[in-house]
Amino acid sequence: MIGLSHATVRFGARTVVDRLSFSVPIGRSLAILGPNGRGKTTALRAMLGFQRLHAGSRTAPSIVGYVPQVSVNNQRLRAIDIAVMGRAAHLGLFRQPGDEDYAVARTALNRTGAAGYAEQPFDRLSGGERQLVLLARALATGSEVLVLDEPAAALDLHNQERLLVLLESLRQERHKAIVFTTHDPNHALAAADDALLMMPDGSALFGPVAETVAPAHLERLYGVPMRTVELSGPAGALHRAVLPAFAGARAG
Amino acid sequence: MSEGLAARNGIPGGTPTWTRTTLVFAALLALLAVSLLVSLCAGRFGVPVTRALALIWQGLTDPSAPMQAMDERIVLLVRVPRVVLAALAGGGLAVCGAALQGVFRNPLVSPDILGISQGAALGGALAIMLGIWGFPLIAMVFVAGMVALVLVGFLARVSGRTETVTVILSGLVVSSVFAAVVSLLQFVADPETSLPAIVYWLMGSFSSATWERVLIASPGLILGAALLWSLRFRLNVLALDEAEAKSLGVRTERERWLIFALVAVIVGSQVAVSGIIGWIGIVIPHAARLLVGHDHRVMLPASILLGAAFTTIIDTLARTATAAEIPLGVITALVGAPIFAVLLRRHYRERSDR
Repeated sequence: MIGLSHATVRFGARTVVDRLSFSVPIGRSLAILGPNGRGKTTALRAMLGFQRLHAGSRTAPSIVGYVPQVSVNNQRLRAIDIAVMGRAAHLGLFRQPGDEDYAVARTALNRTGAAGYAEQPFDRLSGGERQLVLLARALATGSEVLVLDEPAAALDLHNQERLLVLLESLRQERHKAIVFTTHDPNHALAAADDALLMMPDGSALFGPVAETVAPAHLERLYGVPMRTVELSGPAGALHRAVLPAFAGARAG
Repeated sequence: MSEGLAARNGIPGGTPTWTRTTLVFAALLALLAVSLLVSLCAGRFGVPVTRALALIWQGLTDPSAPMQAMDERIVLLVRVPRVVLAALAGGGLAVCGAALQGVFRNPLVSPDILGISQGAALGGALAIMLGIWGFPLIAMVFVAGMVALVLVGFLARVSGRTETVTVILSGLVVSSVFAAVVSLLQFVADPETSLPAIVYWLMGSFSSATWERVLIASPGLILGAALLWSLRFRLNVLALDEAEAKSLGVRTERERWLIFALVAVIVGSQVAVSGIIGWIGIVIPHAARLLVGHDHRVMLPASILLGAAFTTIIDTLARTATAAEIPLGVITALVGAPIFAVLLRRHYRERSDR
């Protein structure tokens, strides 16, 4: 389980997160939605304990599988050596990862579909490939909680699809509590049970995706008229999608 | 099959470049062996290689035998301790630089930046002025180095957190203050006796190496380097972004200070017996990185071997190039500074290309 309870974070006089409460039990996925600069990342950092709370409390296991938006790493290491770092907490200070740890890392890379470039230098991989390696590292921690900071922000549509399919399959297994932030409400529809909408006025809306990711709430969230459409997927099943009805668009 | 081969390389999980890494390590070991041997034989009193090896064998198998021959005394009492000390100090300084560059996520830092070198210098200068030699001098050097480190720690800790930039700037501040006090000590030192000793010691040299000094410095150098080496995988994780490292279960701040303390032990031990020797901690890890890559698990041992060989070679040059011995610190600066300048330019060019 991971979450915040009446958490408040201030930067100077500005209150970025105001008495925010939500929780994600094992087996559920949460998407945090909000406009830029509204404090999605701050809420995430507060939840992980990287950001001091001025009030309230957080719940989190000691080890969390965390996937940063970008990995700032000036070391040239192989992807497998990045993934095996997920084992660091199990190894302690002075021990080195052994064959067993590498086996765990390989399994994780297989799970995320990144095994094909396990031996390649991490810093030479594309943004999408790196994301999958970092997700593998998070899985290799063995933590029941996965936290992803804007996992799809830098990805093209194909890689977004790959990532969402992966997140959805992890959700279906119901073994983990998953939290991710995103700009796109469709990501919440694709891979989350619950959504947390961080409104521009400082309030927040937390609840099941079916209730929260709805045009009325999203219009309040983004200040843009939103419409729900039904689309048939490749297998014929109907998918719900939300689209912005931007002003000025008069195509056709 | 490939797993087995890779395991021999020390890193499990299959390394396609294991042959290259193994070759590099073999070459580094050979370089170290040759440089040690050359250093034993070269000098004003030349000793043939076979004779030097025979003398060492004799010294190892029968250490209590009385020394009669001139070359025996020179090799066993002067050159061997000197070579051992140079190799240990060089390996120690190099591994310190490698570890600090990982912790600071910045390839341009070195042991000097934590203020440890200047702190140790002040301790040593003070000891020389007070006429203290031997073990008490080492103790003063070490304590002063640690004091500098703790001062940097206090300065750098702002509202409960330590940022990399504040550590580097605090190191600069503390170094300047300690350097100023060292200058003051030189100003008031007796120009007949203690001043030359302080000046020569500050320039760094292994010329005063004795077995006693080897015994004094080696515990700190060997233990410190061994502990840093055992932290090699942890250093990979510590070199990540702060939040990433924390999420992987690393107590970043505490572990960083553990590494700083180990660096202080190594640098303190080295400065105590051979004065200030700069540049090795910054140039060698770079060369090691070019040879074996960035993974600390291979980069740290490569730095140790290369640092030991490089320092031995430089020390041999220092005492054989001219009739009078050139202070070692002068040569490392003359060799190291241009290399550093090239690295610096390349580092920032690479950055701006991104």
